[in-house]
Amino acid sequence: MSADTNARPAASATPPAGIEAATPSPRTSGPLTTSIRAPRERRRRSTPRLLVTALVLTLVAIGATFLLDPYRNYQFALIAATFCATAGLTLLIGLTGQLSLGHAALMAAGGYGYALTANALTDAGVDGVPRFVVSLAAAAAASALLGLLLGLAAARLKGPYLSGVTLVLVIALPAFTSVFSGVFRGDQGVQIAYDGVPEVLRRIIAVEQWQAWVAILVAAVFVTWLAALRNGRAGLRMRAVRDDETAARLQGVRAGRVKVLAFTASSVTAGAGGAVLCFVTQSVSPGAYTLAFSLLLLVAVVIGGLGSLLGAFLGSIVIVMLPWLIQTATGALDLSADAAQRLTGNLPVLVFGVLLIVVTAAWPGGIRATLPKRLFSKRMPRAAAAPAAGPDAAVAADSDLEPRTDSAAEPIPTTTER
Amino acid sequence: MDRLLFLLATGLARGAIFALFALALVLIWRAARVVNFAQGAMAVVAVYVAFAVTGLTGSYWIGLASALVAGGLMGLVVERGVMRFASHASPLSGVIIAIGVVMVLQSALGIAFGSNTRPMEAPFSESPIVIGGVPVLSPYDLFVLILAVGLMGVLALLFTRTSLGLQLRASAFAPEVSRLLGVRVTRMVTAGWVLASAVGALAALLLVPTELGLNPHSADMLFVSAFTVAVVGGLDSPPGALIGGLAVGVLISLVTGYLGATVAPIAVLVLLVAVLLVRPGGLFATTEARTA
Repeated sequence: MSADTNARPAASATPPAGIEAATPSPRTSGPLTTSIRAPRERRRRSTPRLLVTALVLTLVAIGATFLLDPYRNYQFALIAATFCATAGLTLLIGLTGQLSLGHAALMAAGGYGYALTANALTDAGVDGVPRFVVSLAAAAAASALLGLLLGLAAARLKGPYLSGVTLVLVIALPAFTSVFSGVFRGDQGVQIAYDGVPEVLRRIIAVEQWQAWVAILVAAVFVTWLAALRNGRAGLRMRAVRDDETAARLQGVRAGRVKVLAFTASSVTAGAGGAVLCFVTQSVSPGAYTLAFSLLLLVAVVIGGLGSLLGAFLGSIVIVMLPWLIQTATGALDLSADAAQRLTGNLPVLVFGVLLIVVTAAWPGGIRATLPKRLFSKRMPRAAAAPAAGPDAAVAADSDLEPRTDSAAEPIPTTTER
Repeated sequence: MDRLLFLLATGLARGAIFALFALALVLIWRAARVVNFAQGAMAVVAVYVAFAVTGLTGSYWIGLASALVAGGLMGLVVERGVMRFASHASPLSGVIIAIGVVMVLQSALGIAFGSNTRPMEAPFSESPIVIGGVPVLSPYDLFVLILAVGLMGVLALLFTRTSLGLQLRASAFAPEVSRLLGVRVTRMVTAGWVLASAVGALAALLLVPTELGLNPHSADMLFVSAFTVAVVGGLDSPPGALIGGLAVGVLISLVTGYLGATVAPIAVLVLLVAVLLVRPGGLFATTEARTA
């Protein structure tokens, strides 16, 4: 709180544009802030404020794990891992208009990066926190590299072409793991050593809760980074490029570079999500990162509301919990084994497909558009606001800074049509 | 050398199927400026219909006709029922809705028929004819080639020589002017979808007997290959689809024959990325650059 109040005078002392004006760049942000996006900039929050919100919501989420039973904590960890990927995806689509269908492949890159590094470190005698941190960094680096390559291709493509390339990528993933089966172990995938609860905490929490903590912390770090990116100059440039590439270029924004940056950042968080999934399940295999899973990520960000981090979090909850709910429901129906098996695999996909169509056609803002615009308003006591939204809404808190007025009418970014 | 000849020949037959399917993508792209990501799933539904009809009547040809009809109906239903609601302001919205259609159709098929692969028999022998000691083409491959090339010829005539074809082309290129001149553009868009889905259904029906069999995901790889074909050839160019299809078919056949089937998707990805980076407009594109 004190950091927050200290920061505010500094931010408000630099008039219209918060961060933008605090570090003016004569070439780009100046003209853009005043001419295109002035009202939006005025409402942008300062970085310290973002950090405080993120910290509070992370603590709330960690506190929440004490209220959940082990299986719920496991699901919570899955949600947090998924949220890493969906947060990157929603910003990629919402901020730059690049529709990637292949984020599962990027998650897999992170998962493999994590697993291979962790195994190498285990052989070298490293374990515990250093092993996790180094492996996570390797995961981020692996997915960043893949994302950079894709982003370089993506910068030259638009709309359906990029979607097609990323679709082919995720379909080709099992082929990659089979061809290089010496490293990736084919369909079997790579297993890693079990990572138990650290000595200090062993008497307080169970392993599922520990995994949820790790997942929440990783999600908090990466999503906060994304939010900072979005609120900063980079985010402004991305929106400028999305709205009108030609105008952005005229202002000196290097459109290609901005798109590559967006794609790479989005890949890094997807890779972190893959690393966390690998940490939680102790394995990574191509069977976990199918096209179906990749499309689920898209479903999460679309029904949450494109461009909204809070929406991505809510969407992640939906795609993790709904299949489980449907499975429970069909289990209670007393069907034949064959029918039950058909339903459990397919019914969630059917529901998600219908949701995807209905939301895109009829309800374009997604869940986010139905929520109050300023969920974490300055005038609202934060203690009251925080628990409602869960952990990583930390950053989502911030999405309400981006007024949804234009997005509500036309949520999916427009790219130039011929 | 014998092997090379055999792979080239089967590659051509396979490529003719890719070309047909890519042509379906091109038709919809030209009519509605949407890449129909649901094409594969729609075609598989039609193949299931054909499978059921063939099972009931015992005739492959009635099954083939019913696949064409079912494919056309799918196009009508999907275009009128769903795609029409896609926002025209954004190309992404069409893609997202098409993805939703894929999920709905594939899971519905999975619920109705299970995800087991059903073997599907070809109407002709699939063992190659031996000419001068060299195995070349199977009778089925020959049938596929003739049917595909014949159908493309018919479509070319339809588009260049008939009044319907003229209206289709006019409403694709200048919708507003066409409307002023009395062409019912929305109807033409629907006609494009119906035509394209029927063609796509036929392509999937021809492909399935040469693969493992029929399941809800049978056409996934077909869609991927055909998308690559359409991009290689240029989404605006039907001749590009034909040449691109044959080229990709031969490439996949050679890669599968010499390096193994697992490498094929990687070859497709490499080709796709290479073409998009070197010549984003496609090898046969008429426009300078892609704008959407």
